[in-house]
Amino acid sequence: MSSSHLRPRTAMAIRARLGFVIVLSLFFSATLSTALYEDQVGLADWHHKYIGKVKHAVFHTQKTGRKRVVVSTEENVVASLDLRTGFIFWRNVLGKNDHIDQVDIALGKYVVTLSSGGSILRAWNLPDGQMIWESTLPVSTPSKSSLYVLANMNVGKDNLILVFGGSSIHALSSMDGQIVWRKELSIDSLEIQQIFQPHDSDIINVVGFVGSSEFVVYQISYRTGEVMQQSKASFESGFCGEASLVFDNLVVALDASKSSLVSISFKNEVINFHQINLSDLVPDFSGKVTLLPLKFNGMLAIEIASSILLLRVKGANELEFVEKISHPFAVSDALPLSKVQQAFAILQHDESKIHFKVKSDNDLRNEILKETIQMDSQRGNIEKVFINNYIRTDRTHGFRFLVVMEDHSLLLIQQGEIVWSREDGLASIVDSTTSELPVEKEGVSVAEVEHNLFEWLKGHLLKLKGTLMLASPDEVAAIQAIRLKSSEKNKMTRDHNGFRKLIIVLTRAGKVLALHTGDGRVVWSVLLPALRRSETCGNPFALRVYQWQVPHHHAMHENPSVLVVGRCGHGFDAPGIFSIVDSYTGKVQNSFILEHSVSHIMPLPLTDSTEQRLHLIIDAKLQAHLYPKNSDSLKHFFNEMPNIYWYSVEVEKNKIKGYSLESKAELDTAEEYVFQAKELWSIIFPSESEKIAVTATRKMNEIVHTQAKVVADQDVMYKYISKNILFVATVSPKAAGEIGSATPEEALLYAYLIDTVSGRILHRVCHQGAQGPVHAVVSENWVVYHYFNLRAHRYEMSVIEIYDQSRADNKDVWKLVLGKHNLTAPVSLYSRPDVMVKSQSYFFTHSVKSMAVTATAKGITSKQLLVGTIGDQVLALDKRFLDPRRSVNPTQSEKEEGIIPLTDSLPIVPQSYITHSLQVEDLRSMVTIPAKLESTTLVFSYGVDLFFTRIAPSRTYDSLTEDFSYALLLITIVVLVAAIFVTWALSEKKELKEKWR
Amino acid sequence: MSEGWCCGRSLALFALVILLPIGIARGFQSDELLQDNEEFGLEGGLPAAGPEPPTNPVRSPIRRRPDLDPPSGSADSKSVQFSLEHNLGASEFSPAGTFTARLKSWSHGGQTLTKLRFSRNALTEEEKRAFERLLKEDGHYTIRVPSNVLNPSGEDYVISSVRARCIPRESLDEHFVIHTDGVNIIAVNYGSAGACRYPRLLRYPAKWSFTSYTVLKNSEQAPRTPTFAEELLAGEDGLGEGVKPPEKSFWAKYFLLASS
Repeated sequence: MSSSHLRPRTAMAIRARLGFVIVLSLFFSATLSTALYEDQVGLADWHHKYIGKVKHAVFHTQKTGRKRVVVSTEENVVASLDLRTGFIFWRNVLGKNDHIDQVDIALGKYVVTLSSGGSILRAWNLPDGQMIWESTLPVSTPSKSSLYVLANMNVGKDNLILVFGGSSIHALSSMDGQIVWRKELSIDSLEIQQIFQPHDSDIINVVGFVGSSEFVVYQISYRTGEVMQQSKASFESGFCGEASLVFDNLVVALDASKSSLVSISFKNEVINFHQINLSDLVPDFSGKVTLLPLKFNGMLAIEIASSILLLRVKGANELEFVEKISHPFAVSDALPLSKVQQAFAILQHDESKIHFKVKSDNDLRNEILKETIQMDSQRGNIEKVFINNYIRTDRTHGFRFLVVMEDHSLLLIQQGEIVWSREDGLASIVDSTTSELPVEKEGVSVAEVEHNLFEWLKGHLLKLKGTLMLASPDEVAAIQAIRLKSSEKNKMTRDHNGFRKLIIVLTRAGKVLALHTGDGRVVWSVLLPALRRSETCGNPFALRVYQWQVPHHHAMHENPSVLVVGRCGHGFDAPGIFSIVDSYTGKVQNSFILEHSVSHIMPLPLTDSTEQRLHLIIDAKLQAHLYPKNSDSLKHFFNEMPNIYWYSVEVEKNKIKGYSLESKAELDTAEEYVFQAKELWSIIFPSESEKIAVTATRKMNEIVHTQAKVVADQDVMYKYISKNILFVATVSPKAAGEIGSATPEEALLYAYLIDTVSGRILHRVCHQGAQGPVHAVVSENWVVYHYFNLRAHRYEMSVIEIYDQSRADNKDVWKLVLGKHNLTAPVSLYSRPDVMVKSQSYFFTHSVKSMAVTATAKGITSKQLLVGTIGDQVLALDKRFLDPRRSVNPTQSEKEEGIIPLTDSLPIVPQSYITHSLQVEDLRSMVTIPAKLESTTLVFSYGVDLFFTRIAPSRTYDSLTEDFSYALLLITIVVLVAAIFVTWALSEKKELKEKWR
Repeated sequence: MSEGWCCGRSLALFALVILLPIGIARGFQSDELLQDNEEFGLEGGLPAAGPEPPTNPVRSPIRRRPDLDPPSGSADSKSVQFSLEHNLGASEFSPAGTFTARLKSWSHGGQTLTKLRFSRNALTEEEKRAFERLLKEDGHYTIRVPSNVLNPSGEDYVISSVRARCIPRESLDEHFVIHTDGVNIIAVNYGSAGACRYPRLLRYPAKWSFTSYTVLKNSEQAPRTPTFAEELLAGEDGLGEGVKPPEKSFWAKYFLLASS
């Protein structure tokens, strides 16, 4: 976003290397794609599976055999976990908007999920997660829907599954998902609260509210859905809509003011209301109350100002205060222990300890179980608890607890110990950055080279055998084990090739974790205190993570740090949150709530004397705030201030605006670090014909090696390289919906290349009959975008390359090679651009979830596009396939240059999937990180799963492969030397013989 | 003079006669599809300059008869006028000139602005001083035009800026590229007529008047390799499978054309 408006054209970048590049590019053209061998899987890549924050859990432990827990999560995953280890037996990721409302188990063999606002019901096979049936329910208005699986009356009989929401009830067969009956209770604004079935009867009771003051009870036939009995009564002070079923004939609800309880008893069409004042029960009561959904017979849990009260219901108008629990806490649902006994759990946080209490309805004063465990403070508070029981060896009831923590991690606790834990916050990564590992310090030998000479020789002998294909299967396995075990890739120090790094990720829960690129393990994690719910900040959420300080001068003594930016609440004008975290230890160095909001964050290409990166935060009032706040950073900033520009994209208003900073006349000490924005340019897309679909820019840290492109017959084309290029795609409003919602005549897609300093439209092109979703990636002087072509009924990818014509007359290649060109002259973007654009479109089979491009340390290696496919895999596509200069019959010189003959669609080579056989479920983003080794890019892709690998778009031309046999090389040399000596001796002998003749 | 020469000359003449109309036709075609529709209007500073040819590339080959434009500000319903406003470092924008264009309505319902003309107001003494101050400060000179030229709401303006030091040469040279979607102005690229050197040196113009160049730009169509585009069309008609006939020579084609 920030930018200097100068394009330094260094002759350095072009000199002598050009020739080298030509040679290299010829070399590259020989290899198009690189694939893995089967035994190389897992050497450089890792894949971790997650499920996300658990919303519901159902235990399945009755039968002998596998004990499991079925969970549904906020990432729309339904999964079955092994209760002993926490491993995933199976999981299914539903669509992005297919939120799971509820999950249950039917017939003891099907997992039933209700999703999409109560409109889709699916059954999955419990052992393997295969879908058994799917049923779409006709839901007129989306409302809060619930699932009620009737208790097994007779096993083997077809039990019904009831789905209710609003005023309708659907009964579906649990065998095949067919709708058995459907009942629309024809009363306007009816909200069904509960459905329940009195023991051993063919009647189900339905209770609900009509409007805000009427209470209704229906008795419906279980078999047919016929209404047997109906009664209603109104309550003058009204209800707020919350209610809890206490007994089969008693409901306790909250009144409209949320300050007193109303007990509603109903029997034989008679409904009675009793208002209960809370102040009678709780002497110092004030404020508002919420009812907790505790499905417990005769019990009621209400929440009052950060504490809960447990109340026992003795009769229609008699409540008894049992216990008060203060925040933070969690209460589980009721768990039936026997036909007459129920139990529930209360968890209470006490600093780093959690107290577990299980109570049963026999004796509410005392606990069945009381345990305390120590909890890692980086997991935050308890959010949810699910309880399950088992029979201990001494025939008493034992309990296990599935606990969801504030950082979205999932733990199983039994006998006062954490049996297993899952770091499921990693399923919702918001942003990521990388950090170098510490430099290996002298004297501290972290790397034990090899244990001893014998081991070393043995290892190499094995490798040699493997290379010569002499190894037996056992030996192959041993070689594989040696490779995997080689701790080289998992060390905590910087390596020569730059493969080992820390990936620092920020999750939605506000937790920062450092992952090691070697195996993806969590090196440290910290739940940022600033991003936790507190009194000053009620609804915090994490935005971005940036590199804050990268020490080069004192790399041995100082640790790098990252900056985490968040926001207090979802509005754009909510105050921002800053947290600075040490990259090596995870220690929070500094954390504070900003006085202003955060709408844009610009890391500037400037650092102060302590190597802290300067950041400019733009707030909602268009004021720019400079960080870090010190005089040194201000000094550096003032030097570059006239060259700082930024832009904002206002998607709702269809506008793009460009700004610079107003120079200050007088310095006010209080407002020293605050600058006013000045609007420089604006682009307004007419709302009746265009709508912004996507914007894309170049990565700020991308390095371009050559500015010139030597094309066939020694001609030179200069790339238009500017960090300030913005790609914008707009679609006609009619075509903004899903594919097929517009006719080809109505659908138009405009692609723009905009210079963000001057606001100039460098190029504008229209694709007729094309529509979104659009995905785009910008790199060097080109942009590739993906959209749907309605005329051809296919997806399409277009490439635009932009070249600078103002230097087109500097065509002498030799001058370029020798560095005689005056390319260091600064160029202003205010000059009228003289650009030439080349473009081409190709069909592409897949729809795309996200796109990225590889990045290497020096930018010499050719580029690959990374395409996140609809199947959640990552495809590496060579940029040369997307060259606009491809023609049907390339000339000889073009062929030498490596231009591929034109085809109308892009090839998808199965070997070029960098995720090979794996899937990165719900793939959201791919991040490329240059390694120190020029040929190699590290790729980190994340969604619900994480996947990391390293790829070499032009193969590793600059290093020997890992399995290169040094022993073989040594032996060859030894043999050669020996042969030299032998032949020398022989020839001496022969010569002597000749002489004696 | 030999007969061969005569023959050769007549052949050349013949070829010329044939090629001329084709050449013109070609010219029209390329004008319609490919040629950059940049046409410079030199106005404002030089009010004597005549009306420019229509800048819309689609229009020009269809109607190329001399069009007598009514003077700007007349009651012609097809004439559109909108003003340019500028900001010389102050907080307010002030009128600086007037654009005049003609609105062409198409049979299919679309409308296009054509024949853009521009007349600049002369700089007042105060504006001149403000401009000098801008030059000294190396500040931004900002201009704006309404986004919707037919009914300007007074809210949505398309803004563009340039460093003031980029403008002065002999006179004040400015260059407008107005991007439209037919009627609405999407963006105005405003800047110096040529390059803007860096470092920008303080230099005053010899003449304190503007020399303006204006260009109207519409969007281009995305190109597609002709062979595949044809295949696509042929595929839609169900004729894509057939083998292509061999390419006929120019003479053969001309003969066919002449005989038909």
